[in-house]
Amino acid sequence: MATQATPNLSQPAGSEHTAPRRIWVEVLHDWVTTVDHKKIGLMYIGYALVFLVIAGFEALLMRVQLSLPNNHFVSPQVFNQLFTMHGTTMVFFVGMPILFGFGNYLIPLMIGARDMAFPRLNAFSFWISAFGGLLLYFSYLGASGLSGAGSAPDVGWWAYAPLTARAFSPGHSTDYWTLAILLSGIGTIGTAVNIVATTICMRCPGMKLNRMPLLVWLYLVMSCLVFVTISPLTAAQIMLMLDRYLGSHFFDTQAGGSAVLWMHFFWIFGHPEVYVLVLPAFGFANEIIPVFSRKAIFGYPAMVAASVGIGFISLSVWAHHMFTVGMTSGANTFFTLATMAISVPTGIKIFNWLATLWGGKIHFTASMMFAIGFLFQFLIAGLTGIMLSVAPFDWQLGGSYFVVAHFHYVLVGAILFMLFSAFYYWFPKMSGRMLSEKLGKWHFWLFLIGFHVTFDLMHIPGLEGMPRRIYTYEADRGWMMWNMAISCGAVIQTVATLLFVYNMIWSYFKGPVAGPDPWDAWTLEWSTTSPPPQYNFAETPTVESRRPLWDLKHPLDPDSHYE
Amino acid sequence: MHQVWFSLPAQSLSGNGSGSTSIFAPAGSPAHSIFDLSMLVLAICTAIFLTVGGLLLYVLVRYRHRANDANAAQEPPQIYGSTQIELSWTVIPILIVVMLFLATARIIFATQDHPRPADALDVTVIGHQFWWEYRYPQLGIVTANELHVPVSDPHHPTPTYLTMSSADTDHSFWVPRLAGKTDLIPNRINTMWIDPQSAGLYLGQCAQYCGTQHAKMLLRVYADSPADFAAWVASQQRPAVEDPSVAAGLAVFQHNACISCHTVAGTVATGRFGPDLTHLASRDTIASGSVPNTPANLRAFVQDPANFKPGALMPPMHLNDHDLDAVTAYLMSLK
Repeated sequence: MATQATPNLSQPAGSEHTAPRRIWVEVLHDWVTTVDHKKIGLMYIGYALVFLVIAGFEALLMRVQLSLPNNHFVSPQVFNQLFTMHGTTMVFFVGMPILFGFGNYLIPLMIGARDMAFPRLNAFSFWISAFGGLLLYFSYLGASGLSGAGSAPDVGWWAYAPLTARAFSPGHSTDYWTLAILLSGIGTIGTAVNIVATTICMRCPGMKLNRMPLLVWLYLVMSCLVFVTISPLTAAQIMLMLDRYLGSHFFDTQAGGSAVLWMHFFWIFGHPEVYVLVLPAFGFANEIIPVFSRKAIFGYPAMVAASVGIGFISLSVWAHHMFTVGMTSGANTFFTLATMAISVPTGIKIFNWLATLWGGKIHFTASMMFAIGFLFQFLIAGLTGIMLSVAPFDWQLGGSYFVVAHFHYVLVGAILFMLFSAFYYWFPKMSGRMLSEKLGKWHFWLFLIGFHVTFDLMHIPGLEGMPRRIYTYEADRGWMMWNMAISCGAVIQTVATLLFVYNMIWSYFKGPVAGPDPWDAWTLEWSTTSPPPQYNFAETPTVESRRPLWDLKHPLDPDSHYE
Repeated sequence: MHQVWFSLPAQSLSGNGSGSTSIFAPAGSPAHSIFDLSMLVLAICTAIFLTVGGLLLYVLVRYRHRANDANAAQEPPQIYGSTQIELSWTVIPILIVVMLFLATARIIFATQDHPRPADALDVTVIGHQFWWEYRYPQLGIVTANELHVPVSDPHHPTPTYLTMSSADTDHSFWVPRLAGKTDLIPNRINTMWIDPQSAGLYLGQCAQYCGTQHAKMLLRVYADSPADFAAWVASQQRPAVEDPSVAAGLAVFQHNACISCHTVAGTVATGRFGPDLTHLASRDTIASGSVPNTPANLRAFVQDPANFKPGALMPPMHLNDHDLDAVTAYLMSLK
């Protein structure tokens, strides 16, 4: 690949006229065979965005169905497939890939490295994950065998045993689900290995661990969590396949297996998975909030300690998803305490962000507005999380729409908001062009309104006894008005998201040229061109503080004096 | 339409409507103690939200960038951290957590390890796709979908202890006004207790995804006064009514697949895959609480259960109109 005469920014502008215009096969070949961390990062982000649109559309169909009681817009079978596919897609084929995409793109740039530690493993991980996503959706065509009609998996994204046993899930839809998760898990572990190795071994001279950007710290913690959480999930998928095809009985209750065993396997993955998704979002916030407050992050060591603390505590909270399965009072008490304990490091983070804003000069760019939305919404999500950690309260709220509202507050209100913020912040670096601020603010306000209409109101039917995963509900329960309003909010969010997609496409071609450092920022990725050349840095940078570009811009008062 | 639109939310918030399943309208001890605890938690969380959210708003307004400021281009003073401040916002949350945890632990133990009174009623609850089986071992009663329990006087409590398991997939028993939910898991016995303190009907539904018709696996708990409960027990303990005027329907019932899945005590029908029909006509609803028990609904259900519950395991019976009428008449005679 390196021998190809590919025009890029590193070459003089005139060479574009002499180089022959490449045909699309060459471009495609270039992308498919690439081991460049930036291209792989962009492919991760691209494929996650495609799945985001698909899974968002599935959510919209569910909201149409639920807008009225006893509605017949979709059948119960289709509805059950929709929530299974929506959840599985969003967690495995949107959330993790898009975060890995940003990580892949940013980590080498932020630590002054040429590429990831294992570029080929990087490409392998991407393609195996992408294949998993395609396999999941192939079930719509081929899950009942090539000659039969398709049927997507309908066991829910956590696929509780024994619903996944062959007695209750005949056909192959559950197998496609299992294989998709298995493949995505292999890719995820591969990328996590890569991130850990890159952060440990590839930092540029002077970048000690305590000078590493917080984003990289959070990706490091997240990748370590991936090892501990994806492994049991992968083991459980293999056991499930053994149950379904080789006659073992791990989860097969009809032959003496244990349904609760699956729950433990799933949630020892499932709860740390929430932190796998949210830690990178914290990482974005740690970079973006200081830059737009024009202040250094407050309490860097406390932020690192809190992140590592969250990583450890998150491994001891999984059974708060199981408060209703009949654990002993002692076990319920333990998991209540462990879950509440995680609010302490999480609180430390929120307070430190607050202190970073304090005394700053806050610039309300579209990126910063999304970050502030994240702060407010993550605060609320944390508080409803505390409510759910109270085991007796959870006996009422668990499995209800209150929980659905709570975790969407985390996944959309916190993570997706922070992702949008990251797009507005790093899109100029990745594309060389600014996103439209005007469209960005429209996007922010529309999405904010849609989000709050949907997910604030969604808590209420939960308090009124509406369980999740029901394709319809009784007319006499009083849930109709809330559900109608929730569905309207979903439509507003859809419009806002389409605006964002339009903004990305328009700005890619027509946006103002960004230059290397449009935000007057402080980390290394802004010291190279936008987009960066294939080799990232013409010469390996050397750093002396946490904010190398601050030191360059303020040679008389560098950070290195204070750290 | 408009009336329904506006009246239902108001009714459900107050929790007094007949259809209420609000956790804020507790009618039994476990639900009451959860309600009290939840008020404490809500109060603390609201206080935290107002404090932190208020500070955040203040900061955003106070420290916004002002373009027309004299030194707008200058960077603000850089502050890197403070150990004292970090400590204070670590210790204070820890104290709040300890307080919340102690209050929670008390309720967990008080509910789960509650001493069982000697005269408590036992009911075995078995979850099925997509209906509820209730067996009263002390009373020799088997019924389905409509649970009758005695009202429990707080001064002389007569709680009902539910011993729960599942015949197929996971289910969850959730009647919000009486107690939190407890899962029904195959190969596992769970227990919970309820003690409704005033007579009435308490609604709920399955709260653990259990398959296609999870949504129509509704719960109805009738809390009966002692006299009503005794009368209900007496009526359920009687053998099935034998009414010669519906002999044709009985014949249809016994000569079709009905008897492989359903029981009518005292007849050849001893199936156990579907609900016990011995006193079907004494119930208010069919199809696990989803439609009123009227001859027309029952006939439509027998003709094809998918009319009300697509995905229900009972197959369409393919009976001709004459047989359908006859078997409906027979089933409606099973008082």
